[in-house]
Amino acid sequence: MTGINLPAGDAPLPPEKPSAPAAPAAPAAVAPAAPAKNPYPKPVYSKKAGNLLKTRLWPTERWAHPWSQAGYRTAAIQLTVIIGGILLVGAVVDELAGWGDLLYRYLLAGTALLHQEFSARGIPSGPLADPARTAAGLRLGAEVLWTLFKVILVVGVINVNGIWAVWWERKLSAHMQSRLGPMYAGGFHGWAQTILDSIKLLLKEDATPADADRAVHLLAPAVVIVPAILAFAPVLFGTELAAARLDMGALYILAVSGVSVIGVVMAGWASSNKFSLLGGLRAAAQVVSYEIPRIFAVVPIIMFTGSLDLVAIDKAQSGYWLGFLPQWFVFWFPAGPLAFLLFLIASLAETNRVPFDIPEAESELVAGFMTEYSGMKWALFFLAEYAYVLLACFMMAVFFLGGGAAPLPFLGFVPSWIWMLAKAMAMMFVFMWLRWTLPRFRVDQLMDFNWKFMLPWSFAVVAMAGATLLWL
Amino acid sequence: MTNREALHPRKPETGAAESSEGRFDQLFVNLGPQHPSTHGVLRVGLTLEGEVITKAEPDIGYLHRGTSKLAEARGYHQCVVLTDRWDYVSAMPNNLALCLAAERLMGLAVPERAQHLRVVMCELNRIASHLLFMGTYGIDLGAFTPFLHAFREREMILDLYEMLCGARLTYHYIRIGGVMADVSPDWAAKTREFLTYFKPRLKEYDDLLSFNPIFLARAEDVGVIPKELAVEWGLSGPNLRGSGVAYDVRKSDPYCGYEKFDFEVPLGKTGSCWDRYYCRVLEIRQSVRIIEAALEGLPAGDIMAKGVAKTVKPPVGEAYAHVEASRGDLGIYLVSDGGPAPYRMHVRAPSFVNLAILQEMLVGCKVADVIAILGSIDIVLGETDR
Repeated sequence: MTGINLPAGDAPLPPEKPSAPAAPAAPAAVAPAAPAKNPYPKPVYSKKAGNLLKTRLWPTERWAHPWSQAGYRTAAIQLTVIIGGILLVGAVVDELAGWGDLLYRYLLAGTALLHQEFSARGIPSGPLADPARTAAGLRLGAEVLWTLFKVILVVGVINVNGIWAVWWERKLSAHMQSRLGPMYAGGFHGWAQTILDSIKLLLKEDATPADADRAVHLLAPAVVIVPAILAFAPVLFGTELAAARLDMGALYILAVSGVSVIGVVMAGWASSNKFSLLGGLRAAAQVVSYEIPRIFAVVPIIMFTGSLDLVAIDKAQSGYWLGFLPQWFVFWFPAGPLAFLLFLIASLAETNRVPFDIPEAESELVAGFMTEYSGMKWALFFLAEYAYVLLACFMMAVFFLGGGAAPLPFLGFVPSWIWMLAKAMAMMFVFMWLRWTLPRFRVDQLMDFNWKFMLPWSFAVVAMAGATLLWL
Repeated sequence: MTNREALHPRKPETGAAESSEGRFDQLFVNLGPQHPSTHGVLRVGLTLEGEVITKAEPDIGYLHRGTSKLAEARGYHQCVVLTDRWDYVSAMPNNLALCLAAERLMGLAVPERAQHLRVVMCELNRIASHLLFMGTYGIDLGAFTPFLHAFREREMILDLYEMLCGARLTYHYIRIGGVMADVSPDWAAKTREFLTYFKPRLKEYDDLLSFNPIFLARAEDVGVIPKELAVEWGLSGPNLRGSGVAYDVRKSDPYCGYEKFDFEVPLGKTGSCWDRYYCRVLEIRQSVRIIEAALEGLPAGDIMAKGVAKTVKPPVGEAYAHVEASRGDLGIYLVSDGGPAPYRMHVRAPSFVNLAILQEMLVGCKVADVIAILGSIDIVLGETDR
C-alpha cells in the first residue's frame, strides 16, 4: 500500500468498514489541531552539505535587501516619531528662558514675602534688627539658592551628556563597523549600558602606583574637570538660556577651557609612567598650539557682531537673506565657512579626538596620561573629554550655525533650545563620524599641520573678515 | 657569587643602564611584552631622545614552546599538529611545508586533486592572514573601523574552514600524502559566493584606508627598506617584494602545481611601510584569482596518496621544502634516521627572519613610527618564537 511494512497481526481496520453512528461528528470536534510550526527549527546536520554553516548567517545573506527587513522599517518609524515628537514638544513647550526668569522672580517674591512677615511680626532683633539689612540678607540668600540651582542644572547637563554621548558613540561606531553595539542592558538597544558602566566605575578599586606623586596624582582629575564645568557657565542652551550672561562670554569660555591642559600634564607627570609622561607632554604641546588658530577662528565672528557676548552673537544671526537663506555666520562667505572649518579642526585637536588623539594614542602610548588611572578618577578624565566635546559643539552652534535660529523662517515656532540642541548634536555626530573614519596623525605632522597650515589660514580668515566689513 | 652568575652576569631588567648610563637626555622605554600594538608578546627596548629613537632592541622568546625539539619525540603525522601553532593566523601553509618535506623524504607522490585543494586552502588562508594584517595595521595607525570590516570578511573564511574541517584556526587539514577531507559541492558554492561578495569589498578598503591622506602621510615615506638592505637581512614575502625584489617561492620554486596557475607577483617601489601594506592588498587580489582558477579546474580523483602508513618511517636521509607562506619563505628541514620520528627538524620561520631588521630600521624614527614599522613587517610571535 504505502511501502511501510506493518506486522501482519496488527493490521489497521480497513476504512470502508462502517463505523459507529457518532463517528461523522467526531473528526471535526476531536481532531487535534495541527502541531504549531516550530519557530526555531533544529539545525540540519548533514555531512554532505557541511555541518556547521547551515546555522550561520553570512553578511551576504543578511544584507541582501536591507529595506525588506523589519528592523530597517522599525528604525525609520522610530526616527520619524522622534523628530515629530521634538517638533510637538517645541509647539507645546515654549522658550525655557522665560521659565527661568519666572522661577527667579518667584524666588525674589518669596523672600520679599518673608521679609514682610518678619517686619510685621517684629521678629528680628539683635544683628537683624535693621529691616534694610534683613531685606539684603534675604535677597542674598535668594541669589545663592538661585545660583546653586543653576550650578546643579549645568553639572547635570555635563553628566547626562557623558552618559548619552558614550552610549551614542558606541552605537554609532558599532553600526559603522557592522556590529550592533550594546543591546542587552536596560532592554531597548542597551540604553542603560553607560549608566551601569558608571556605577561599575564608582565601585572599582582606585589604584595609585607606588611610585606616584600621590597628591598630584589625586589632584590632576580635579584640575581637568573643574575648568570643564566652569566653562559651561555662559554657554547658551537657547537664545537667552544660559546659567550666566557674561559680557565677554566668548573670551571666558576660551580662556577657562585652556586651564585643563595643566591637569593633563599633572596626570602625565605624577603617574611615574613613561607612557603617561609622553602622553602628558604631547597633550601640552598639542593643546597649547591648537588654541591659537582656534581663538583666531572666532575673531571674525566677534568682528561681525562687534561683541563678545554670546547672546549678541546669537541674535546677530537670526535674519534671513532673500527670505529663506539663514544669515548664519557659516554662510558669510568667504571668512565664515573657512573660520568654521578651522574652528572644527582645532576643536578636534583641543578635545583630543581622532585624528588628533595623540595624547592618548592607544596603539602607541597604551592610554597616554590616563594609563595609571582607574575607577572614578579615570571616569573624571573621560567625563571632562566628553564635556569638552559638548562645549565645542555648543560653541560651533552659537558661533557659526545661528544658535537658536531656525534654519527656515516657517520653522520659527520651534523654540530656540531645540534648535540649539539639534545643531550641537549634529556637530557631535560629525565628531564621532570623523573619529571612526580617520587614522591618526603623527606628532610632528600634527605640529606641522598647525603651524604651517592652520595658523596662516586663521590669520587670512581675520583679514578676509576685515575686508568683508570694509567693502560690503 | 654563584658559578651561574659569574658565567652570566645579571643585567638590569630594562637594559636602561647599558644604553643611557649617565645620559639625562635619554629615556628608556620598554615597549611590550604587554602592549596593545606589539601584536603578541614582543618586547622592544627603545632608547629615546625626545621622541626620536637612538637605539632599539627587539627581545623575543616570550612565546617559546620548543616545537622543533618536541618534533623529535613525535611521529611525522603528529608534527603536522605542531605546525598549526606557529603562525596561527595562517596555519595551512605551515601544514603544507611540513607535509612537503616529509613527502620528499618518503618519495611520495600526491594526487592531483589533493594538490589543487592544498592550493585553494593556502590561498584562502593568505587572504585571511592579509585581511588580519590590514585591519590591525589600521588600528596601529589609529583607524579602528577598517579592522572590523576586514574581520567581517575574515570571519567568512573561517566559517568556510570550519565547514571544511571543523577548526577555525588550527586546521591540521593538510596531511602527509594529501588532505584530510574532500570538499563538498556546497562548500565550493559557498566559496564562490564568498569571492563574489569579497571582490567589491577590496575597493572599499582602498577608499577607507589605503588611499586616505592621513594614512598615506603616516606610512608612505616611513620605514623605507632599500632593495639591497632587504636582501642582506634575508627578508622574504611581502616585506621583500615591497622593496621591489621579485622573489616568490610560488614562481621561483613552484610546488603543488602553482606553475599551472596564472597570477602576478605584485611589487612595491620604494620599500616603505605603505608599499609593504599595499603589496599585501594586491596579493589578496591575486589569491582570489588563483582560488577561482583552482576551483574551476578542480580535477577528480583521490585526495590521499595510497600507502601512507599510520606510523611513517621514512628512509634515512634529509629533505628541505619551502613554501610561500603568508609572511614569506617558510622552509622546513627534516632529517630522518629511519625511525618513526624526525631526527631533527629545523624551521626557517619568515617572521623570525623579518623581525631582525627592526633594530636597524627603527633608529632615527619617531615613537609613533615604531608602531607603523612594526605593524608593516607583520610578524606573528607564535612563529618567531616557535
